[in-house]
Amino acid sequence: MFKITKKKILAQSIKLIEVLAPEIATKGQAGQFVILRIDENGERIPLTLADFNRQEGTITLIYQEVGRTTAELGRLEPGDYILDLVGPLGKPSEIEKYGTVICVGGGVGVAPIYPITRALSGADNHIISIIGARSNKHLILAEEMETVSEKLYIATDDGTEGQKGFVTDILKQLIDSKMQIDLVVAIGPLVMMKAVSQLTRPYNIKTIVSLNPIMVDGTGMCGACRVAVGQETKFACVDGPEFDGHQVNWSVAEIRARMFAEEEQLAMKGCNSGGDCHCQK
Amino acid sequence: MSEVNEKVKKVRPNRQPMPIQDAHDRIRNFNEVAIGYSEEQALLEASRCLDCKKPLCIDGCPVDVDIPGFIKLITQKEYQQAINKIKEKNNLPAICGRVCPQESQCEKLCILGKKALPVAIGRLERFVADWDLANGHNQAEKAAASGKKIAVVGSGPSGLTAAADLAKLGHEVTVMEALHIPGGVMVYGIPEFRLPKSIVQHEIKNIQNLGVKIACNQVVGKINTVDELLERGYDAVFIGTGAGLPYFMDIPGENLNGVYSANEFLTRVNLMKAYQFPQYLTPVRIGKRVAVIGAGNVAMDSARTPLRLGTEESYIVYRRSENEMPARLEEIEHAREEGVQFKLLTSPIEIIGDENGWVKGMICQQYELGEPDESGRRRPIPIKGSEYELQVDTIIMAIGQGPNPLVPQTTPDLQINSHGNIVAEENTGLTSKPGVFAGGDIVTGAATVIQAMGAGKKAANAIHKYLTEKSG
Repeated sequence: MFKITKKKILAQSIKLIEVLAPEIATKGQAGQFVILRIDENGERIPLTLADFNRQEGTITLIYQEVGRTTAELGRLEPGDYILDLVGPLGKPSEIEKYGTVICVGGGVGVAPIYPITRALSGADNHIISIIGARSNKHLILAEEMETVSEKLYIATDDGTEGQKGFVTDILKQLIDSKMQIDLVVAIGPLVMMKAVSQLTRPYNIKTIVSLNPIMVDGTGMCGACRVAVGQETKFACVDGPEFDGHQVNWSVAEIRARMFAEEEQLAMKGCNSGGDCHCQK
Repeated sequence: MSEVNEKVKKVRPNRQPMPIQDAHDRIRNFNEVAIGYSEEQALLEASRCLDCKKPLCIDGCPVDVDIPGFIKLITQKEYQQAINKIKEKNNLPAICGRVCPQESQCEKLCILGKKALPVAIGRLERFVADWDLANGHNQAEKAAASGKKIAVVGSGPSGLTAAADLAKLGHEVTVMEALHIPGGVMVYGIPEFRLPKSIVQHEIKNIQNLGVKIACNQVVGKINTVDELLERGYDAVFIGTGAGLPYFMDIPGENLNGVYSANEFLTRVNLMKAYQFPQYLTPVRIGKRVAVIGAGNVAMDSARTPLRLGTEESYIVYRRSENEMPARLEEIEHAREEGVQFKLLTSPIEIIGDENGWVKGMICQQYELGEPDESGRRRPIPIKGSEYELQVDTIIMAIGQGPNPLVPQTTPDLQINSHGNIVAEENTGLTSKPGVFAGGDIVTGAATVIQAMGAGKKAANAIHKYLTEKSG
């Protein structure tokens, strides 16, 4: 059992929780993820680490309420427990001195990009960050990102904060300015990571993305999370979650993300019927 | 029948059949297919044993159970003593009685089998183990505390067996399991209808009663490494992490939606209880026509499960012929009774998807058998021009699994072979790294529950010896 010690609503349907998990907090590194199961009937879902506090023994998870499990998670309060939590899983981000790095976060993807940005900043890189959301109501961690970036750009679809448009619009302006860019790290919705990768490919700018496909065990045992990268099939849980964005087959990733779309709808129906989610068919 | 004269073979009763759920009923439920012997049947079957002076059956048992010994105790209705006799060697009898391939082990060597059918040793083992679960009281003897700490990585059959034996020898044992419940392949892989999870839990409880601690949600190689375990005061480590890396065929279309590894499909259904979706929140989508590629026990499980989820057609697609199928005969028979169809000498070469990225069929090629290959089985040779399309909407790959890489990757001085298996001595489980032992599928590649248990048992003895000599 893992106790929730803190909860914060960051934006519309995006919540932050801190969970007491001293071993994971000690071992976890930027780029890694955990898998949690809320209760006996729950499914196992992966969430990328948004932060870890080694002194207090807590990890931070930030999630958007998009399905049944994240909605249930959203109802838990400090003092409540998560039944199972396993991690840290996946390979950590490769943190080294690249030079100038552009960190791009979209929507709830700003959460995992934050510890990576901080670590890259700590490795003496020049950090320029671009974060985006649908509107200012959906934007998260702008202040935190500002503290670990030399320059922070914001884009919102409706222009309620920063530049109106997409994160890729700003990235394109930076590329067009002919500045030296040694690495782009992009985390967000598949469509955003795909757009960033397509934008940087002609310029040969190394681009790292973090994939979050459907998973079950998270240890390489089931192969649910397979992604097509280059000519190979990789398991995101053990070979990733970070991959070369120019090598990822995005259409395979998009199709596989929808594998259980109908079932997810069905599960949500039970959720709207009230607080107790153990609905019968 | 009551007067069984040992010398007059003609009156020896026939091998007692296992009562099973009717195929028409059982494909609508997940209850156990084999119901188990009644006491009357068990006594009749036990009376068939010749109680040989030199029992060959024991040679066929990977953990050396005193088979004639426990069977004789059944004939005397001394069931508690019978189970105690089994447990001297076997820590998971209710499981072995169900899933061991007795026909290629103990029962294969039974003298009765030369002229008639062998004693149904597995069914008798299950009978006493089930009696024990219902009526028994365990008072396993434990040696005095040794003060030694041992970490066991993985709670499948090899890990649990090693843990139980080491606990009996007085050592302090902690088992680390990556998933949220212990049991390994016995909980995520083998279906409820073949091995009820309550049975597995019960056997694990017995092992915990020996003082074994089980820590779930612990991925060794991630949360800590083998070296860290040794640094943190564990005197020895046993690695039993299993064959946790599914193989795919590397054919076009394998990443389409509707293609599962057997591990994924079975884990969703068994471990996560997707058959009770949405009461349990893990979904599994299974279509109307399912093809399972492969013909081992895992393939049979993967073909029989969809029928219980409402599939209309379930196929086993296998590139060799019936004679080469690696599954147990009983599993093949059960699958056939339930309506699984066998497409033999057939293998897919491409999977075809619809416009939404879902499987709608696969191109199959037909084969004929040539000369035996290095495995001794006749090599399948593709027949040119034999390609045809099989319409299916779900494909389950059950063509085997490789060793899980997480521990080998993070233990630099652990010797690995070209397949990624840990190199360990067969009789001791000793690896290239001092204090580290390994056994089960991570060493041998995918095998059976009992073979993994045998390896766990040998390693437990070797670890005990290692610790005793080290401190002595």
